[in-house]
Amino acid sequence: MTPDNAVGRGGREGVRSQTTAVPGAWGARRGGGRAGGRGAERSMVPPAEFTSYYGRPVVKPSPWKGEIPAYLFAGGLAAGSSLLAAGADLTDRPALRRSGRLAALGALTFSMGALVRDLGKPSRFLNMLRVAKLTSPMSVGTWILSAYGPFCGAAAAGEVVEILAPGAHVGPVRVAALTRPAGLVAALFAPPVASYTAVLLADTSTPSWHAAYRELPFVFVGSAAAAASGLALVTAPLAENGPARRLAVGGAALDLLMEHRMERSMGLTAEPLHQGKAGRLMRAAKVLTVAGAAGTLLAGRSRTAAVVSGAALLAGSWCTRFGVFEAGQQSARDPRYTVVPQRERLEREGPVRYRPED
Amino acid sequence: MTSLFRDNDLWGPLDPAADAGYGEDKPKRKGFFTDTSICIGCKACEVACKEWNDVPADHFDMLGSSYDNSHSLNANQWRHVAFIEQPARRTAPVDLGMPGHRQDDTPAADTPAADFRWLMSSDVCKHCTHAGCLDVCPTGALVRTEFGTVVVQDDVCNGCGYCVPACPYGVIERRTAPEGAKNVGIAQKCTLCYDRLGAGETPACAKSCPTQSIQFGDIDELRERANRRVAQMHEAGIMDARLYGNDPEDGVGGAGAFFLLLDEPEVYGLPPDPVVPTRDLPQMFRRATLAAATLMAGAAISFTSRRLVPRLLSTSLGRRR
Repeated sequence: MTPDNAVGRGGREGVRSQTTAVPGAWGARRGGGRAGGRGAERSMVPPAEFTSYYGRPVVKPSPWKGEIPAYLFAGGLAAGSSLLAAGADLTDRPALRRSGRLAALGALTFSMGALVRDLGKPSRFLNMLRVAKLTSPMSVGTWILSAYGPFCGAAAAGEVVEILAPGAHVGPVRVAALTRPAGLVAALFAPPVASYTAVLLADTSTPSWHAAYRELPFVFVGSAAAAASGLALVTAPLAENGPARRLAVGGAALDLLMEHRMERSMGLTAEPLHQGKAGRLMRAAKVLTVAGAAGTLLAGRSRTAAVVSGAALLAGSWCTRFGVFEAGQQSARDPRYTVVPQRERLEREGPVRYRPED
Repeated sequence: MTSLFRDNDLWGPLDPAADAGYGEDKPKRKGFFTDTSICIGCKACEVACKEWNDVPADHFDMLGSSYDNSHSLNANQWRHVAFIEQPARRTAPVDLGMPGHRQDDTPAADTPAADFRWLMSSDVCKHCTHAGCLDVCPTGALVRTEFGTVVVQDDVCNGCGYCVPACPYGVIERRTAPEGAKNVGIAQKCTLCYDRLGAGETPACAKSCPTQSIQFGDIDELRERANRRVAQMHEAGIMDARLYGNDPEDGVGGAGAFFLLLDEPEVYGLPPDPVVPTRDLPQMFRRATLAAATLMAGAAISFTSRRLVPRLLSTSLGRRR
């Protein structure tokens, strides 16, 4: 049943109400018509006075499915893993280095697969490389990934050679020594890989993404650090997981703190982060991230604690990405989140007008 | 200035075609002025658009909400006539300039006023001066034409879908249906009949509009015409009349397709005060850079808390030399 049909049953009276006084009722009605479970949650929202065209969306939600939030997660995981691997390489933690490099390549490969799968014309994937465009975060991101990918791959390839033929040489030089520069360059490109995805979402007219643009990059890098440290806690031995434990706590703290600040600054558009699927994901993310970070206190002594808290951190990051993604989609489907903030701004500041000094 | 962008690249008044690199010999910027006060909701524009541009039929439902059954602007609907019924506002009748319907023919005192009014408006891609869709397109499939309009190159678009959430008006969309139709998987929207413009013709919708509610022409001239029209309506007591999208200093740098409306924009399904998302892009990049630096520093601190700095200096670098 489409929302329009639900409204149609209201008949003529329904048609009038949307153009006149109390369209707040529309949101509740539409929610009820769409899916039983969501209706109840929606009705708890205080009705904001606004008008819309039959409750239909103003902006369009992105056509993206689960591949994009999965990519956001995996991209962050790859970036954090490259950083951990580089640090481990410089501080003689071979197992941490190995797991980091392999995780980075694995996550990157998964990312690329998700990105291509999401395209309407996957065969034209390489068209991304036709142009380099600063106004397009997706273009910027493509080039960041293009710079990061080969070094990430080279570092992981070196690791594979080390596993198959320990101590292998290329001429007089050890393979391990050759891969160090690759790992360091990958670590240099890794932070932008983790943070540009926030701009990717924020540079849209999707209300709950755009309104988050100040804090979202910090949420995402925090989430990336937590995820990568989580995987390192799962894979690396106790003796080497010290840095991962510290990065896990730092990343989780940054993620949670900035997410809190983000919601405070978003106004009405923070609502979808608490509703429906997005709300459930964000709540799960919070619980998992807190539990994972707390678990790291024991992760230096107990292998079980390390694995469990690492898994919680990974799951928390996954939920954060899917929660933020889903909140945006929900905000685009409801005209309230487009119309009301613009109306409020109009009442506060008047229409947006260009001023050269801006 | 530390910005990577030129002045007014992201918003503010601009000649978009000149900014895109077209030379002095380019044609004047073209667009639409849609005067909704004389729209009769006949949908000739919708039909003409579909016929000329070979846009497949889709969303063909009886929606049951109004006389509007074409739903919205979308990949398969490049013109969309909105239909709104609402309780009447007490205003004097206005001379619409149409034959047989003059103000003095129908004195308001003789006829009981209807207790409702119908609003009809033919919506279309705004061909923004600062177009969110074009800004974010990562393949260069979306381009600015010599007429200052925004067009998707079907053979370049890879269907990434980024333009869809970028548009502040919810116009552009990735075509998903009907199966077997051309350009499925690719972003689709109004081209302002780029092919007809090239041949010196009027876009199909404007050509077919029987009341000249859709007016096509040079933007400068249309803006003047719109100003005259709204002044005329205010003079006639229609104080609800207002222009939407005509100001080159607004959030999208002025729309190439702008409107005269008789109620608030959101009544017609339009955003009340849209801003192109890329206006805030420099700030977003700054925040993301700061976040990236935070991550780098955090990773470094996780290792240095014991021994990174001394080892880095003594062991690692020493061994590589």
